[in-house]
Amino acid sequence: MDWLLLLIQTLNGIQYGLLLFLIASGLTLVFGIMGVINLAHGSFYMIGAYLAYSFTELTGSLPLAILLGIPVTLVLGFVVERLFITHLYHRNHLQQVLLTFGLILIFNELQLIIWDGDPHGVPVPEMLSGSIPLSDTLSYPVYRIFLSLVCLFFAGTLALIIQRTRIGMRIRAGASNRDMVESLGINIRILYAIVFSVGVTLAGVAGMLAAPVETVYPGMGEQILIISFVVVVIGGIGSVKGAFLGALAIGIADVYGQIFLPGASSVVVYALMAAVLLWRPSGLFGRG
Amino acid sequence: MTGLPSRPIFILLIAVIAALVLVPLGGDKYWIKLVTRMLVLGIFAMSLDFLVGYTGLVSFGHAAFFGLSGYFLHLISSDEAAVNMLWALPVCLGGTALVAAVIGALSVRTKGIYFIMVTLAFAQMLFYFFHDSDLAGGSDGAFIYIKPVLAIGQTVLLNLDNRYSLFFVTLASLVAIYGLLVVVLRSPFGRVIQGIRVNEHRMLALGFNTYVYKLVSFVIAGTIAGYAGFLFASIDGFVSPELLGWQESGLALVMVILGGMGTLFGPALGAITLLGVEEIFRDKALVGFMAEHWQILMGGFVIAIVLFMKNGLGGVLLRIAGDRRRER
Repeated sequence: MDWLLLLIQTLNGIQYGLLLFLIASGLTLVFGIMGVINLAHGSFYMIGAYLAYSFTELTGSLPLAILLGIPVTLVLGFVVERLFITHLYHRNHLQQVLLTFGLILIFNELQLIIWDGDPHGVPVPEMLSGSIPLSDTLSYPVYRIFLSLVCLFFAGTLALIIQRTRIGMRIRAGASNRDMVESLGINIRILYAIVFSVGVTLAGVAGMLAAPVETVYPGMGEQILIISFVVVVIGGIGSVKGAFLGALAIGIADVYGQIFLPGASSVVVYALMAAVLLWRPSGLFGRG
Repeated sequence: MTGLPSRPIFILLIAVIAALVLVPLGGDKYWIKLVTRMLVLGIFAMSLDFLVGYTGLVSFGHAAFFGLSGYFLHLISSDEAAVNMLWALPVCLGGTALVAAVIGALSVRTKGIYFIMVTLAFAQMLFYFFHDSDLAGGSDGAFIYIKPVLAIGQTVLLNLDNRYSLFFVTLASLVAIYGLLVVVLRSPFGRVIQGIRVNEHRMLALGFNTYVYKLVSFVIAGTIAGYAGFLFASIDGFVSPELLGWQESGLALVMVILGGMGTLFGPALGAITLLGVEEIFRDKALVGFMAEHWQILMGGFVIAIVLFMKNGLGGVLLRIAGDRRRER
């Protein structure tokens, strides 16, 4: 195994892991703060990718498409929260799973109506389409580095908001004691709606960023949802820090699995999850 | 405690079964197949209710065992001669039980939401195993060209290729498995797992090794799901990775909720109802152009059930019958 090739694959693993973090952080925030398990989270990733596809066709530029797509996903998240998720706060996990399962069926069919069943590609923006040569034959695409940096930027911003700002303080307070926060005069409903639409937007942005490196196809949401679940389970449900480490671990395990165990690559990540759970049944940073 | 349902419901169930017996007399192939499918999924839903409604373990990967058993049947079937159920059934169920024991041993260590996600992940692992490998046709699925028979020596007693035989075998199995599960639930073992659902810490304090009880319950439910999968694969003689997929697991949970969790007979009714509703949603004459997008109707139906029918059909029936024992 050439060490340069290994380096490239490691970078790919980190990039995939950072993308997974963007999706899994929304999932784990919504669960940790609102106590809601959201199966439809993968659908927002898919919707993000399709928005990137359509808006790029329309405007000819991916950055512009992302700028247009973010408000759309924010509004979508807000509407879905007001219409459906708000009924789930005092329900048990089984009911949450089923309602969001119903949402997936609807989103998948709507996707087929609005777009179609064919896979699509989104071109890499001109500015970022180059690659950095590493040797005579090998090089690394700039877009993937850009993607990783954007993900890191979002991860940093998220951590800053949660740890250092007033709204972040309220969010953390809401996670630990909803009733107390409400009685102190903070509108928890608005807070929840914000958290949910931010989670949706993170998944949507991940989809938009991933569109040029992956194919845009109908089932893409489900595949990423299950992997995000694995990430969240490994990291500990509700823990953003855990999601970050879990996502990187899964990203790298997935890429290495494809190199060293080509026949059983899709099994590697689940084996990793099983190993972590054997060691710690509630994940690395789970609260029990 | 679990008893047989009160008399009015019992009579209703007998009436439903009697009505079902009449279906093959009509002789229409489509209807026999549809009703057979309803009954098979009824068995599947009951096995999930045993886990969700009685043991309190919400599994989101139950279809793994349903599909796995079908794949086992495909793998041991040959293109020349029919397999004999006398050995084929124990092989398929034994294999499924073994896998359920391994997955259960890992999953049952976790609780609540972790259990939901972990069972889902393991089921997807099996899904991708069959989806990506060449073992059994990959993503295209695989055929079982000659369906199993029940034979002693050279005498063929039952041939599942015959749609009437398959129908009556399925109906009899549904009734028998219902009876079996009621017996299990009334046994000391059944009392313990129901105790675990209500208060696991108390059962631990009473000296029960709840891990083992939950694991055994998981294996029982998985094996019965495997039996349903065996029959399901015999209906069309076809297995595909989708049988193990998370959509199938999700629909099984919908059947349980629709029918009424923790009533055992309810989820069987839920399976029949859900398939009936699906038929309606796919019917162009009834829903018009939406028939092409029936998944939207199905999604709306699922959401409506969650929001408005907390106790399911079984709960409604129990209330009408004045049976308040099982209401939650």
